[in-house]
Amino acid sequence: MSKIVRTQASFLYTFVLIFGFYIVAHGHLTPGGGFQGGAVIATGIALVVVAYKFDEIKRRIKKTSLTAAEGIGLLSFIIAGISGIGVSFFYNWLANSGLLFGESVTYGINPGYLNTAGTLPIMNLAVGIEVLGGLGVIVLYMLHFVKGGERNAA
Amino acid sequence: MIFENLTQVLLLIGLIISAYLAIKFKDLLACAIALGIFSFLLSLEFYVLQAPDVAIAEAGIGAGLTTAIFIFAIRGTSRWEVEG
Repeated sequence: MSKIVRTQASFLYTFVLIFGFYIVAHGHLTPGGGFQGGAVIATGIALVVVAYKFDEIKRRIKKTSLTAAEGIGLLSFIIAGISGIGVSFFYNWLANSGLLFGESVTYGINPGYLNTAGTLPIMNLAVGIEVLGGLGVIVLYMLHFVKGGERNAA
Repeated sequence: MIFENLTQVLLLIGLIISAYLAIKFKDLLACAIALGIFSFLLSLEFYVLQAPDVAIAEAGIGAGLTTAIFIFAIRGTSRWEVEG
């Protein structure tokens, strides 16, 4: 792509990533969650992948790290689910416990404290990492399929 | 109330126009951009209909990833639509 697209992409990449992680971190308070935030982060990856040439992308974004992110996300989601197995699968044992994400919520309108909701934020984070890995791998494989690059499209 | 109705009518007209342009263009890159605009307007429509969750997913996947994948497909094949 042209120099304008490349400059825009490398400028916007950081902000798209920050917005995606914001959606993931506030998954239990605001609209959106793991899947939506992960899709936004993968959009940032796709932006860079569209803008640059094949060799530069191969140097900047490693396929193994995205696959590892997918695996780590799924594994930590299952671990977060199994960790409440003393009562039942997916039992929210962290909520209202005073530990990590364990602050109790007052009755009434949600004031929007981030440090609440128990294991839900952890699961959101796991799903976000998993989705960014999966969709990023899809985009990268699509690029490997058309390795020639820059031939017809300006 | 009138404002909401006006917004919805404008969004639906924009959806029809962008979908028509995506069929009509011979430049496939312009078609991909028109489809991206279609997805963006659709996500705005979801937001007006009070489904912000779906709107974020539509904006991320429809307007972002699908357009990128279309651009890769155009890179690998031809940019202009061939007649016949």
